[in-house]
Amino acid sequence: MTTDHPLTAPRVAGAIPAFRKLPQTRARAPSASSVRWGGYLGTILKGLGLAVFAFMLFGPLANLALWSVAERWYTPFKLPVTYGLRYWEVVFRPTGDAMSSLATSVSIACLTVVVALAVSVPAGYALARLKLPLRTLLMIVFLLPQAFPSVAIYINVARVFYTLGLTGTIPGVVLVHAAHGLVYSVWIAAAAFAAVDRDLELAARNIGASPLRTFFTITLPLAAPGIMASAIFVFLESLDEFTGTFFVGVPQVTTLPLLLYNASMGGNYQIASITALILLVPSVLFMLFIERFLKADVLSKVGQ
Amino acid sequence: MTRPSFFGLILIAPALAMIAALFLYPLGFSLVSAFTVPGGGFSLTHFEKAIDLYSTDILFTLFIVILSTLLTAAISIAIAGALTLGETPWLIASLRFLYRWPLFIPFIVAAQCMRTFLAKNGLMNNSLVAMGVLEPLQTTSFLDWRGIVITFVWKQVPFVTLMLAGAMASIDRATIEAGRNLGASRLRVLFEIVLPQVTQTLLVGLVLSFVTMLSVLSVPMMVAGSQPTMMTVDMAFRINSYGDYATANALGVISYAIAGAVAWIYLRHNVKREVGA
Repeated sequence: MTTDHPLTAPRVAGAIPAFRKLPQTRARAPSASSVRWGGYLGTILKGLGLAVFAFMLFGPLANLALWSVAERWYTPFKLPVTYGLRYWEVVFRPTGDAMSSLATSVSIACLTVVVALAVSVPAGYALARLKLPLRTLLMIVFLLPQAFPSVAIYINVARVFYTLGLTGTIPGVVLVHAAHGLVYSVWIAAAAFAAVDRDLELAARNIGASPLRTFFTITLPLAAPGIMASAIFVFLESLDEFTGTFFVGVPQVTTLPLLLYNASMGGNYQIASITALILLVPSVLFMLFIERFLKADVLSKVGQ
Repeated sequence: MTRPSFFGLILIAPALAMIAALFLYPLGFSLVSAFTVPGGGFSLTHFEKAIDLYSTDILFTLFIVILSTLLTAAISIAIAGALTLGETPWLIASLRFLYRWPLFIPFIVAAQCMRTFLAKNGLMNNSLVAMGVLEPLQTTSFLDWRGIVITFVWKQVPFVTLMLAGAMASIDRATIEAGRNLGASRLRVLFEIVLPQVTQTLLVGLVLSFVTMLSVLSVPMMVAGSQPTMMTVDMAFRINSYGDYATANALGVISYAIAGAVAWIYLRHNVKREVGA
């Protein structure tokens, strides 16, 4: 996403013609030894700063990892007293709560992707290629569920769903997650369609393909990577969602975030940490590979 | 502009219907519930009750969210500035590799991490004691407002930095070189040349972060104790313990107002900028 500028860019005075006549204050160097000592000190300070930064960044994650393999860990000890994988066995036991929560979470996330894509692929195409009145307003409407204090919305969704018999059901939770994820799926789908070269569609039409055939054989395959990226966004968003499930899903639907919450509040830090690690894996993978899915040409059109 | 496409409206209709049913309708529901009494008719009694019971928590929420936003801004500017203006290749490379890690980590996982890391006997205090920075008796638990602020900043800095560093990378490099060549320090170049060109991006990132932090339920529940706490926790408590939708919705409307005020500040800045341009 961020592009590197070569660090060797000309920075010497005189590189830009307009400044050639200016006094070169920066170029006048102090004695060599003081520069060297200043350089060492600077390097040490930079290294220290980086170490503190890395500690604040990874410390919490390290603590999580430690808890997941700590069989016993109590106050006077700085590190776990006994290590072991006993709790991993508890979590991954086929009949355990965690496995059923994982299955619930993944099936809700998959259904959410299906629902979100079913409505956002047509919407994205319309926003990218067809004339719509108040287009900017329509785009903002999809942002609202994300850019609004959501707790107050969810308590009322739960109330409405209660009268419809949707609270505590998978379809209810899927609907809540899909509405929350629409901003990603619609905006990225619109950007993906906008990035498709219009000439290719026109060429297909010219040699006699119907509009529908053009869409399915030219436009959709070319926009597929972007739509795939939006599907991953929606999937992760659903997998990680806590607040909506907390109000709409209880008590029957227990996703991984709810299991984590219950375990943590119940003082079972091992189960909570292992659940957190399971949730961490897709998030970190996505962080590392997002640029492969979301190409710059699509990214530059998001939100336009 | 030519005639709007009827076909386009049909294509976008299902998505709009979904937002209407799952966002706009509940939003209207919350407004009605907050402003009316059971017999019908307009009333502000729910707001009186909400402010009566939770004024401390409202101020606490504002304090936390504003402080977290300011800290996020400061740290993001520092990191993005170092990435853009830094002259030490290994430092830039390591920073670029490091800062993004919490980007997609869910709030609830961040909360669980911090719940253990910041505790009195968590890894942070233990490491400081082991390094001899702190005495064992000096350690305190950070699981109060400080814990919430640390968790929010930890989670939001990567997001704002990503946007900011992207914007800084796309500004005209010649403006930076010119400033450096004239002898301006890197700090001065950052604040007088680079930042003014990316204020827009910074503001968008901060407004989105602000609203996100205002809406998070898991972090205040898991990281901090019960009193004082954030408005989201109070809303959940009114519902789960009393089924009291009216007061919860009044608190909800107050949180809309806070988010609206921030959006308004942002829009006003935009208008000013356009008038000035």
